[in-house]
Amino acid sequence: MLSKRIIPCLDIKDGRTVKGVNFVGLRDAGDPVELAKLYAEEGADELVLLDITATHEKRKTVVELATKVAEQLNIPFTIGGGISSVDDAHAVLNAGADKISINSAAVKNPDLINQLSDKFGSQCVVVAVDAKQIDGTWFVHLNGGRIKTDLELFSWVLEAEKRGAGEILFTSMDHDGTKAGFADEALAKMSSLLNIPIIASGGAGNMEHIRNTFINGKSDAALAASIFHFKEIAIPELKKYLKEQGVNVRIV
Amino acid sequence: MITIVDYGMGNLGSIHNMFKKIGAETEITSDLDKISKAKKILLPGVGAFDAAMKIIAGSELIHVLNDKALKEKIPVLGICLGMQLLTNHSDEGELKGLGWIDAETLKFKPENYTEKIRVPHMGWNLVKIEKETLLTKNFFPENRFYFVHSYYVKCKHEKNKLMTTHHGLDFDSAIINDNIFGAQFHPEKSHKFGMQLFKNFSSL
Repeated sequence: MLSKRIIPCLDIKDGRTVKGVNFVGLRDAGDPVELAKLYAEEGADELVLLDITATHEKRKTVVELATKVAEQLNIPFTIGGGISSVDDAHAVLNAGADKISINSAAVKNPDLINQLSDKFGSQCVVVAVDAKQIDGTWFVHLNGGRIKTDLELFSWVLEAEKRGAGEILFTSMDHDGTKAGFADEALAKMSSLLNIPIIASGGAGNMEHIRNTFINGKSDAALAASIFHFKEIAIPELKKYLKEQGVNVRIV
Repeated sequence: MITIVDYGMGNLGSIHNMFKKIGAETEITSDLDKISKAKKILLPGVGAFDAAMKIIAGSELIHVLNDKALKEKIPVLGICLGMQLLTNHSDEGELKGLGWIDAETLKFKPENYTEKIRVPHMGWNLVKIEKETLLTKNFFPENRFYFVHSYYVKCKHEKNKLMTTHHGLDFDSAIINDNIFGAQFHPEKSHKFGMQLFKNFSSL
C-alpha cells in the first residue's frame, strides 16, 4: 500500500528561502539546498520548491535552483513558479527536478497540461489550484490568489485530470494561514471525483490536522510550510504520531 | 566503475549523483567502445517502451549489451523502464524486449481490482524481499522505495522474483536472473533505502 506523503514547501526568492526560516544546526538556513537536505534526512517524502522571484530571467534562476537541489537531494522534488511553457518545463526537468508544478499558466492556457503530459508523462505534471469558497461555490483564483476567475474548482480539476495532470495540489485560500486545519470536506469530494493523487495544502496547524486530512479528507499527501520551518512540528515526531493513528507512513 | 548507458531517455544526473555520494565511480556514455569495456552496467530509463527499444535494437548497442549481459555475465541493473526492457514484451508497445528475464510487462487495470488504486503508481511503497541476494544485503526491517510507473512486471518463474509490492495486485518490484537485476522503483530517489541498494550493486 502506498504511504501517505509529507511534503514541506520552500518559498524561494533570488535563490534564498523566505518566511524567516529558523533552524538550529544549519550553517545557512537561507540556503534552499541545506534546508532541503535536512528535511530529507528528517523523513520528508518529497519537497516542493516554489520560486517566487519576479524577474525577466526567471527561467535561469529556476534552473539553477533545480540543478543545485538535484545534486544533493535523494528524494523526489517538484519545482513551481514561473513555468509557463514546454521549454521552461524541459529546462527544469532536465536540470533534475522530478516534477513541475503549474498554476495560473494552466488556467490561462489549459492546453499546456496536454502538451506537458504528452511530452514528459503525466507523472511529472502537478497542477496547483488556489481556490476560495464564495456563497457555497469554490472558485479558482490566480496569481497567488489575487485574481478571482469564474472557474469552478471541481470542474477545473476534472478537466486538468482529463488533460493529463498527474497530481493536483489544492490550496484552500479560506484555510491557508489559519492553522485551523485543511479543507477536508472539499478534499474528500475531490478525492471521490478524481483518480489522480491529491496534495492538501493550506491550514496545517498541528499534527491532528494532518491526520484528519489523510483520514477525513482522503488526501494522498499533506503540504505545509511554516509549521515545519518554525519547528512547530518535527517530521520524525509527526510520522510516529501518524503511524500510531493508523496512517500508513514511511518511517526513516 | 559503473557504466550508465545513455541511450537518450531521461535525465541521468540523479543516478550519477547518488553513486557519487556513496563513493562509487560512474561514467555516463553512449559510446559503444566504452560500453563494451564496462565492468558493470546500469540501464536507466524514463519514457515509453517502444521509443527505448527502437534506439537499442535499432543500433549495434543491442549486440554489445547482449554480449555483456549474457556471455560475459557482468552485473547489470535496469531501473524503472530499464527493468521493463529486460522482459520479453510490454503492453505499452509493439517491439520485443531484451528478453533477459522471462517476464512480461503489463498495464495496471484499476477497474479489475477490488480496492481503488491510482495510476500511475506514484509514491513510496513497501517492498517485500522474496530472496536474499547480495543486492538486498543490509536492508532494513521495513523497506520503502519511491515508485513512478503505469506498467508493472510479472515473472513467469518464482526464481526470478527478487522483491514484490502491492498496488491493486502483487507485482514484481525487483527481478533477478543470475547477474542481471531489475528494479521498478527509483533507488536514486529512495533515500537511505536506495543508497543501500546502490552500495550493494557497486560492491558486487
